[in-house]
Amino acid sequence: MDGTLVEAEEIALRNSALQVLHNWVTTVDHKKIGLMYIGSSLLFLVIAGIEALVMRIQLAIPNNTFVSPQAFNRLFTMHGTTMVFFVGMSILFGFGNYLIPLMIGARDMAFPRLNAFSFWCTFFGGVLLYFSYVGGNGLSGAGSAPDVGWWAYAPLTARPFSPGHSTDYWTLAVLLSGVSSIGSAVNIVTTVVSMRCPGMTLGRMPLLVWLYTVMSMMAFVTVSPLTAAQIMLMLDRYVGSHFFDTQAGGSAVLWMHFFWIFGHPEVYILIMPAFAFANEIIPVFSRKAIFGYPAMVAASVGIGFVSLSVWAHHMFTVGMSAGANTFFVLATLTVAIPTGIKIFNWLATLWGGKIHFTTPMLFAIGFLFQFLLAGLTGVMVGAAPFDWQLSGSYFVVAHFHYVLVGAILFMLFAAFYYWYPKMTGRMANEALGKWHFWLFLIGFHVTFDFMHIPGILGMPRRIYTYEAERGWMVWNLIVSSGALIQAVATLIFVWNLIWSYFKGPLAGPDPWDAWTLEWSTSSPPPEYNFAITPVVESRRPLWDLKHPEDSDSYYE
Amino acid sequence: MNEAALFTGDSNEAWELPSRGIVGMLCLIVAEATIFLIFVVAYVYYLGKSLAGSTPHDVLSIPIFTTICLLSSSITVHLAVSAVHHGRSMLASIWLVATVLLGTIFISGTAMEWYHLIYRDGLTIQTNLFGTTFYSLVGLHATHVIFGLLMLSFAFLFSLRGHLTTEQSNRMEVLALYWHFVDAVWVVVFLVVYVLGR
Repeated sequence: MDGTLVEAEEIALRNSALQVLHNWVTTVDHKKIGLMYIGSSLLFLVIAGIEALVMRIQLAIPNNTFVSPQAFNRLFTMHGTTMVFFVGMSILFGFGNYLIPLMIGARDMAFPRLNAFSFWCTFFGGVLLYFSYVGGNGLSGAGSAPDVGWWAYAPLTARPFSPGHSTDYWTLAVLLSGVSSIGSAVNIVTTVVSMRCPGMTLGRMPLLVWLYTVMSMMAFVTVSPLTAAQIMLMLDRYVGSHFFDTQAGGSAVLWMHFFWIFGHPEVYILIMPAFAFANEIIPVFSRKAIFGYPAMVAASVGIGFVSLSVWAHHMFTVGMSAGANTFFVLATLTVAIPTGIKIFNWLATLWGGKIHFTTPMLFAIGFLFQFLLAGLTGVMVGAAPFDWQLSGSYFVVAHFHYVLVGAILFMLFAAFYYWYPKMTGRMANEALGKWHFWLFLIGFHVTFDFMHIPGILGMPRRIYTYEAERGWMVWNLIVSSGALIQAVATLIFVWNLIWSYFKGPLAGPDPWDAWTLEWSTSSPPPEYNFAITPVVESRRPLWDLKHPEDSDSYYE
Repeated sequence: MNEAALFTGDSNEAWELPSRGIVGMLCLIVAEATIFLIFVVAYVYYLGKSLAGSTPHDVLSIPIFTTICLLSSSITVHLAVSAVHHGRSMLASIWLVATVLLGTIFISGTAMEWYHLIYRDGLTIQTNLFGTTFYSLVGLHATHVIFGLLMLSFAFLFSLRGHLTTEQSNRMEVLALYWHFVDAVWVVVFLVVYVLGR
């Protein structure tokens, strides 16, 4: 009797576990899809982070034989591809998916099924990319992961230089990710244009929604060229066309143009959401409305436009004409104007505010400082003569990691801590969060500040080892130890996410005393977000409600 | 917290936003236009750079008749939409079948052209850069035409069974928008490949 009961309970438990899995796999709810995006990108973040650590171990001392040259090529290819397409893009679309309908008072995205399709597309793309380690030559041949770099320059990707299927895995995975990004971007723009709740005019939308809209519009004019280029590369590899085949008169430089038409705006696509998070987090913890809302919107749109004409600054050393070089230097440096406006507006928001140094705010302040520094080295390599000296060196690696880690990842951590209570219903642990922040800050600066130096000393990127007499060893050792500190900090972060999910104090609907619509729902929000469609009258609807004597709607 | 206050704003003013279908399709069209743009750039960039094999001037003839058919199908699909809008299902069926016929004539023209190019002139995607860029650009467009024809045929079948009522006019508009886009792209492809490139 007892035994059968236990058995029945077990079956019930198993069924409910299956039921839960079934619910997640078949869901079209924007919040669940957002969480799945975030979960899958955290998984890939850990994988790509381990790849980075292996590379740093290999480079820590001269003449190291920790990994083979071929394995090293695979590592940096996989690291870059994973980080850009399966961590960066998906984590940002994850937050966007989760937050946008909540912030504009909608019940879901405009096309929920397209949304689910986009997620599974990108997830499958990531799995496909890593399947290359067991596919291709198979396990016995230690796999045949792509080794052409995440930029995949022609003719390195042509059949004779890249036999086997490793490059096919790469191009298919990137194509899938591209299709998914276009789908998500179309979905976001449509949601924002046609699903806003009554009263939510364009001028009252939270800045996060504005920036995601600009980002999505950029995505469908820049990810599509990448998709087109991937189709061309596939045609070259599968049916013998000659787009990038220099033996038949094809051009390798055309691939560079097509790739960087996507590749550079992509950086802005990735950083737009980081700006978006800053726009929400900095005002709340300064207890002030954002300074210069219209200027922020204008600057974002400006960055969107300018970023479309800067791609060839990756190609100053290819041998373009002096006129082209000049144009792309000017276009590149023009981006400094709208980004400068943004930085000044954030500072003005902080100015005279009652600043609360919570973990999200600490990360946001780290972001401000580091983004400024990243911008300064950006101006350096954006100038063609300077770039001629440093192109292809570790200086460039240090510069773009300053943007990608110092600005984007810091702001992503801030977003995690800020919206964690909304997503899980529990507060993340502040003490662990501060440990994470300070350790990561130290690790980051040790790694990427010092990485500029071997670059200036002439250390090329993409090399798997170097001789001792080059004088790069001390710097590389410092850089590698910094990477380890970052890894420890990231472990604290992951532990915090897990621990707080079970043990964190209950958050309630509005733990930060914030003012956008998502904080008016319970935490986590119910299935369809809002029982009654909200009506808003100002930029800070929840503030108006909490402070009727000082409602924003009086000032508009 | 008094949630009620948030949700009882003055909603007297009309709050109308554009339809999801139209906005989504417009976004998709922008994305697709960019894909076409890249293929057009490749075609123009490689004009006259083929090292061997046929050139556009040798083998291409201007497809005037099929182009006229495709462009007029934009008019018929527009008439079909307005018929659906006015609830005239029978008329909509007629215009839809006309659109499908015109599109089919166009795609058959492309098929015949390719047949001649491959078997008479020996031009394939592998032959040279012209073959590579020509088949990929025109093929990309043909794929879009075929997809559009499938959707239009479905719409035609639905209209025969009386399912294409006034409530569906928004969906018909979305489909028509796609079809207009396919036609507009053809104008560009036609100019670049057959007029300027030849």
